[in-house]
Amino acid sequence: MTSLPEPNQKKLGLVIDLDTCVGCQACATSCKEWNAGGYSAPLTDQDAHGGDPHGTWLNRVHSYEVGDGGGSRTVHFPRSCLHCETPACVTVCPTGASYKRESDGIVLVNPDTCIGCKLCSWACPYGAREYDYDDGVMKKCTLCVDRIYNETFEPGDRIPACVRACPTGARHFGDLGDPDSAVSQLVKEREGFDLMPAMGFKPVNKYLPPRPRRDHSAAPTPQATEQPVTSSGSLADRFFAWADKTLAR
Amino acid sequence: MHPAYSVIVFTIASGAGYGLLIWLAIAALLNLVPRDPVLGFFGFGLALALITTGLLASTLHLGRPARAWRALAQWKSSWLSREGVAAIVTYVPAGALALAWVFGEFVPRQIAASAALAVPCALATIWCTGMIYASLPTIRAWHQPLVAPVYVVLGLATGGVLLCLLLANFGHEFRWAAIATVPALALGAILKRLYWSAIDNAERTYTAEAATGLGQFGTVRPLDPPHTQPNFVMREMGYQVARRHAERLRHLSVALLFLVPAVAGLMLLMNLPNSMQIVIAVVSAVSASFGVLVERWLFFAEAEHVVMVYYRGGSA
Repeated sequence: MTSLPEPNQKKLGLVIDLDTCVGCQACATSCKEWNAGGYSAPLTDQDAHGGDPHGTWLNRVHSYEVGDGGGSRTVHFPRSCLHCETPACVTVCPTGASYKRESDGIVLVNPDTCIGCKLCSWACPYGAREYDYDDGVMKKCTLCVDRIYNETFEPGDRIPACVRACPTGARHFGDLGDPDSAVSQLVKEREGFDLMPAMGFKPVNKYLPPRPRRDHSAAPTPQATEQPVTSSGSLADRFFAWADKTLAR
Repeated sequence: MHPAYSVIVFTIASGAGYGLLIWLAIAALLNLVPRDPVLGFFGFGLALALITTGLLASTLHLGRPARAWRALAQWKSSWLSREGVAAIVTYVPAGALALAWVFGEFVPRQIAASAALAVPCALATIWCTGMIYASLPTIRAWHQPLVAPVYVVLGLATGGVLLCLLLANFGHEFRWAAIATVPALALGAILKRLYWSAIDNAERTYTAEAATGLGQFGTVRPLDPPHTQPNFVMREMGYQVARRHAERLRHLSVALLFLVPAVAGLMLLMNLPNSMQIVIAVVSAVSASFGVLVERWLFFAEAEHVVMVYYRGGSA
């Protein structure tokens, strides 16, 4: 059912430390590696060796320049599903394929009933859901549901692949519904925050802010970058290129 | 937002189809036209063909079209699901009305009852279509109170234009249809202008600072992108139309969708030879079709999704 379950005490999620993240992409690649063979399989890529390679990834690491002049800093920012308490991606789903688990709050997509309408990706402000162009269904972070309860794993490995891979310990996994859990304590100590709380979806995942700087040496301010959306060269795209030129006159 | 052709065709065709169905049902209820089987066949045929084409086109937007039936499940929470259910339900009174009109064999009150049911069902279906978009707070240009009303009014206006053409073509009295269509077009033009003014002036409340939670450290500017080529999120949500183009396309859609058909509607009220009236009605229908195509394309192309602040910085 895409109606939300009754709120549960248990809220499994991640705490991401923006102070120690070095933007190495280990979380993103280990996520891709695990999920390409796990619950989310196949996690396909398109044109992998061509001119426009892209694919379905469940974790993306941005890097930002924050602040101005000498006080500016580089912040690496991993972005994945926040397993919201009241996720719109679940309630907009017409089929019930997108659901929130009552037992632990994990938001999942049932790949056998998803119709690939992409409405959940429109409803998510965090860009957490990516459409698998080959599989025809939506893919998203599963919080490695196929690892964290896997009793064939050593207890130390029963954590999401991204947390296991992080070389700087910037990712923490635990129960954010339990105020005494290590992750909840960490959020309390470091004043962890929600992304876009005004959206009202109550993210479970928390982010920890960078710690205050100790030195104030000048930092350069590079230009912002933007990736152009490239044309596929189809008849329709060429028509719009022509319309673009004509209208610009 | 990426203007997907399947969704553009879906909203335009089904909107006009339901609009035409509503006008035919009103005509049946109020006895505005004789129950000519030929008019009924082509009128309901066109309305149901447009509705069905639209619904089938919408399944082309799906990654798994064969599973489309599953979309009827979650009407309790999902406007997309409600749209599907309403569309299926509407076929019942529409089909009963069409059969009664075309074959002239019906149980007592079949026409009145099915026509009275078809109107609210069709209106509800267009409303649900609009609400699929209006219910998304992540897209400022869609999360507007005027979105669903505009869908309904444009459905009625384009359906009315088609009705004028049908009536003129089959030699029936069409003045009432022109008199009904012109105000629908005028109302559409007014609502659309108000809508554009609303989205142009809406506050851009979601910033890169709020999206990353890093506002306390100053402005947030993208430095290194997470990937070298656009991913699904950027391809789907990152579509941008130049503001100057949008302005021109708005003027173009107003001229084609509202102005030409409204003038044509007024001309239909004059005493002109029937052949010229048919030509006017055809011009009106063709113009409105292209106009609504531009309007709907812009509805998608102009809409910005909040997720793009992660990629572009700034606000949405």
